[in-house]
Amino acid sequence: MTRELEFQVNGESVSFGGSPLKRLLDVLRQDLHLIGTKEGCGEGECGSCSVLLDGQPVCSCLIPIFQVEGASVTTVEGLAPRGEPSPLQKAFVQEGGVQCGACTPGILVSAQALLSSGEELSRVLVRDRLCGNLCRCTGYVRVVDAVIAASQMDAPHGRMS
Amino acid sequence: MDGWSKVDGSALYVDDLSVPGCWHGVTVRSVVARARILEVDTSALGGDPNVVVLTARDLPGPNFLHLIEDDWRVLAEGEIEHHGEPIALVAAPTRASALEAARRIVVRTEPLPAITTLDEALELHAPLLAECALNHGDVDEGFREADFVVEGTYRTGHQEHLYIETQGALAIPHQDGGVEIFGSLQCPFYVHKALVPLLQLPPERVRVVATAVGGGFGGKEDFPDVVAAHAALLARAARHPVKLIYDRHEDLVATTKRHPSLVRHRSAVKRDGTLLAMDIDVTLDGGAYTTLSPVVLSRGVLHAGGPYRCPNVRVRGRVVKTNTVPNGAFRGFGAPQTQFAMERHLDRIARSLGLDPLSIRERNVYVPMDVTPTGQVLHSSVSGRECLEEAERRTRFREVWRAYEAERLRRDPLDASPLRGIGLSLAWHGTGFTGNGERRMRSPVKLRLRSGPRLDVLVAATDFGQGTSTVLAQIVAESAGLTASSVCVVNPDTAVVPDSGPTVASRTVMIIGRALSIAAARISRQIAGFAAAARGLPEASVHLRNGIVRTILGQELGTFQEWADALLATRGELEVEERYEPLGGESFDEATYRGTAYPAYGWICNVVEVTVDPDTLVAQPTHATAVTDVGRAIHPTLCKGQIEGGVLQALAFGYLEEIQHVEGRVRNDRLTTCLIPTAKDAPEMTTILVENPAESGPFGAKGVGELPMDAGAAAVVAALENATGITVDSLPATPEKLLLARERGQIVGVGAPPERRTP
Amino acid sequence: MTQAFSPRSLDEALALIQGAKEPVTLIAGGTDWMVGRSQDDASPRTLVSLLRIPELRGIRVTPDGIELGSLVSFTELRQHDGLAAEYPVLSEMAASIGGWQIQNRATLGGNVVNASPAGDSLPIWLALRAELSLASPTGLRTLTYEDFHRAYRRTALNPGEILVSIRVTRRTPGQVCRFRKVGTRAAQAISKVVVASSLIKTDGVLRNVTLAAGSVAPIPLRLRATEGLLEGQVPTVLLAERAAASAEGEISPIDDVRSTASYRRFALRNLIRRIVLESVSA
Repeated sequence: MTRELEFQVNGESVSFGGSPLKRLLDVLRQDLHLIGTKEGCGEGECGSCSVLLDGQPVCSCLIPIFQVEGASVTTVEGLAPRGEPSPLQKAFVQEGGVQCGACTPGILVSAQALLSSGEELSRVLVRDRLCGNLCRCTGYVRVVDAVIAASQMDAPHGRMS
Repeated sequence: MDGWSKVDGSALYVDDLSVPGCWHGVTVRSVVARARILEVDTSALGGDPNVVVLTARDLPGPNFLHLIEDDWRVLAEGEIEHHGEPIALVAAPTRASALEAARRIVVRTEPLPAITTLDEALELHAPLLAECALNHGDVDEGFREADFVVEGTYRTGHQEHLYIETQGALAIPHQDGGVEIFGSLQCPFYVHKALVPLLQLPPERVRVVATAVGGGFGGKEDFPDVVAAHAALLARAARHPVKLIYDRHEDLVATTKRHPSLVRHRSAVKRDGTLLAMDIDVTLDGGAYTTLSPVVLSRGVLHAGGPYRCPNVRVRGRVVKTNTVPNGAFRGFGAPQTQFAMERHLDRIARSLGLDPLSIRERNVYVPMDVTPTGQVLHSSVSGRECLEEAERRTRFREVWRAYEAERLRRDPLDASPLRGIGLSLAWHGTGFTGNGERRMRSPVKLRLRSGPRLDVLVAATDFGQGTSTVLAQIVAESAGLTASSVCVVNPDTAVVPDSGPTVASRTVMIIGRALSIAAARISRQIAGFAAAARGLPEASVHLRNGIVRTILGQELGTFQEWADALLATRGELEVEERYEPLGGESFDEATYRGTAYPAYGWICNVVEVTVDPDTLVAQPTHATAVTDVGRAIHPTLCKGQIEGGVLQALAFGYLEEIQHVEGRVRNDRLTTCLIPTAKDAPEMTTILVENPAESGPFGAKGVGELPMDAGAAAVVAALENATGITVDSLPATPEKLLLARERGQIVGVGAPPERRTP
Repeated sequence: MTQAFSPRSLDEALALIQGAKEPVTLIAGGTDWMVGRSQDDASPRTLVSLLRIPELRGIRVTPDGIELGSLVSFTELRQHDGLAAEYPVLSEMAASIGGWQIQNRATLGGNVVNASPAGDSLPIWLALRAELSLASPTGLRTLTYEDFHRAYRRTALNPGEILVSIRVTRRTPGQVCRFRKVGTRAAQAISKVVVASSLIKTDGVLRNVTLAAGSVAPIPLRLRATEGLLEGQVPTVLLAERAAASAEGEISPIDDVRSTASYRRFALRNLIRRIVLESVSA
């Protein structure tokens, strides 16, 4: 009696007819071949599998797919919808916020949600909002630098050319 | 720059590869630390064509993974040596069916007594996996001249690499019996050397390719041999590609960790703090198998005296065997353990003599022309003093440290405000293999000029986040007179690149980079020479700079592209091979531990500030300063990123990260209990590059990868002592340890004074 | 065959549970349940997600009290301006739970029903004398949180019952509340010790003292003897010491993977002492 679930991923409608308990992470990686979202622990501790669910960062390893019905999901692949890197993605490369890259997709979606929230950024706020995304390479300094830099690019009177 | 594929999600890590008909492998593991295997009963699976099961009986070759000693078993046979040891392998078309099959395998065992801690191993005289010793001067004479003798005992615990991408490999079998491995690994040729004897195949039938690697830190130096071997065995038996990906629990339980250590110091010092003699005893816990323990010990022993001048030094070292998961390579490779002990011991000496931590280091730090305990004369790129001076200039360490000492002494015990502390440490790290390793290896590297035109860099160096692909391309471009866009670092693949050695020991930039730099200059001269000949000019009068071929008078003869195309059209592809050659005749005697231990040393001074909650003793590092000399930072942003990441790992090793064993089993085997710092735990950092070029590196560069791991733990523990007055000599210095130490009276100014030798 | 439902009203949910042939698992944010279940477990079950039930949502502040829907997420709690002003401890507590991703998904009700001895949010409900509202096909009933959480991972929730809301009284003038969580790291850590308190100092003496602690016993505890010791007393340094010693006697902490019993005693003692010391100068 499995019925098809419908939801949106990166702006496109998709349907899924498998087990309602399949993890959103597995549906993204196995069924939709969106391999940018990574599994780091499967327990909601590392944040590598972070995606935006209706704009809010969540761990896709902790969400059974039936709870996603009707919702909108954004993955790292959805951050650059026209193939052009976003200010955030540019900033991560320029500022050295990327090393091995395994945590990067999750950090980017969390950071994008923070940028979109319109909150006034400080290094303390960035650290607070990224505390659910573990990174083992960078020491976080350049990750915070990159988010701050991206926010300045994003601002209407910012220095983005 | 490979950054783009990592920010748009397109970078392919091993679990991202999809291959038609791929099966999934799982590992059946020991649930006890030591036992005799009576039976591995797989009869419940009898005849299922969709399941492949392998035990030690099914191996085509000898049952070991080749590293240093051939004792690391592929699958347990006879006796189980540690909890989590692989006993059987299963593959099936889905992971769920493989797990289900694995659950139906019954392993019958008879328990045997196990040794599960370093202390038990010493007490019960457990077998030694390695030993070495270092002697310099006359230690007994040094003690006769001493004003004071100071003793101390220092311990460090296991540390988990906790790369964000777990271990994994994909094996694809070929009709001819050969196998291709795609894996998350640092050293493709290590895996190749392990698989050839195991699978009884000629070398050309085994191909190992590194995928994108989601973090290594040494954890993907040795252990991928296991994962790749298991995947390859299953793939050949199943006649299907097999993916073997560890989940986090399995990765925490079954993969190598940093060696725990016990280091005893006994030092002879003059009243002014000058070191006269050091007698140091190092014991490492190797776990159940040798893996890389002898070289971890060797580096630990060679760094045990820290970057300090001392005329009389004796270091004895050993690795004991315990029935725990084998310990292996981890960033720093023994040096973080022994230098933690040295730095803490210097702080103890300083307190005994009433000196501050900076002064005692200034008094003893190496200066040029000093001689190390192996008899190596430090000619150049000797930066310890400069790192200390720069750190003092930036942080006013001495003044702040004294202020916090005074603040602590006059503090109202009911005050709720955080305690404040500052700590300083100094360390050095030898670049490249220890002793004659590089001389023996003479790493080959290749450059190939090919159509495009472009210059391919062919080396086995993997980039698992350090940015070495970018840095090697920069070195080649600069040395060849090209722009970086004309240089392409080829993905490491044993079928394509020469065995330029493993990606370890901070050797990539200095060792591989130097050989590449020489090769690039040769290619450059060939292109310029071709242009000179074509124009009828003397060969030496033409050169290639910034992608343009010019005469020495500045006349442009054309671009690199034009002349490279012409050369390729005339001669076809051009390949140049170079080998790393150590400078001028220095060598190391591995029997006596005399000679040049390393071609160059990186230097680091860390200053760490912490706050400590007086009610809970919970610490928060608030700022870390790292002053380092890595010779020349080829790419300062990437270089600082390496330092910051390493410093955080080192700080966390000092106060936070802990692996708990219960009867040989890793107890904190999930990320809810096995903790690394979050963005909120990590302090802001100031990273300062002091640049004293080394003769032996490209453009003066020395290695950077491991250096930042060597000092931070001691600095954070010193800062905790400055804040709380509690002395902790055992890592990690958790609030529980601080409390215990306080209850035991390990408090500054309390306890036995140093032994006084002369009136 | 696994069946999963997302009912759109409380009645629909209650009917679904009642009509099910096999035991039903209720989930909200799922942040705990998804960790506990094995990914490879294909055994049949009926699962009901409560996330779309409007009656369980929202924060309602009225003159009589504050009602927090069981589906309120820790992010919602943290971001509610009115609550942040009235009960900063609630925002502090919400901010101490997991990372942003978990705060977005995990719910107040989930943490309560889960009844972990280390549940970070739970001591606050003891300290604020919260009341829970439970729905079943026969109607609503209320009981205090203290009566709800019966024993180690056991609650008074009957099969087929759904936690609707958590209710606390409005803060009275002079009421001082505290929340302290001690974890292994600065964020994303399960607590070693949690302390929550509420008291009023009037005419120099302490009134309406509640003290609660988590992770120091099989369930979160009211420290009733210590409360009694403080009630009606003038706070002094000496009283703080006596309270600390008393509180230590009320708990039964253990050594486990996160901490030691002796550290837990030490931290609890100091945190209780601090609560009293703060009221000396207040």
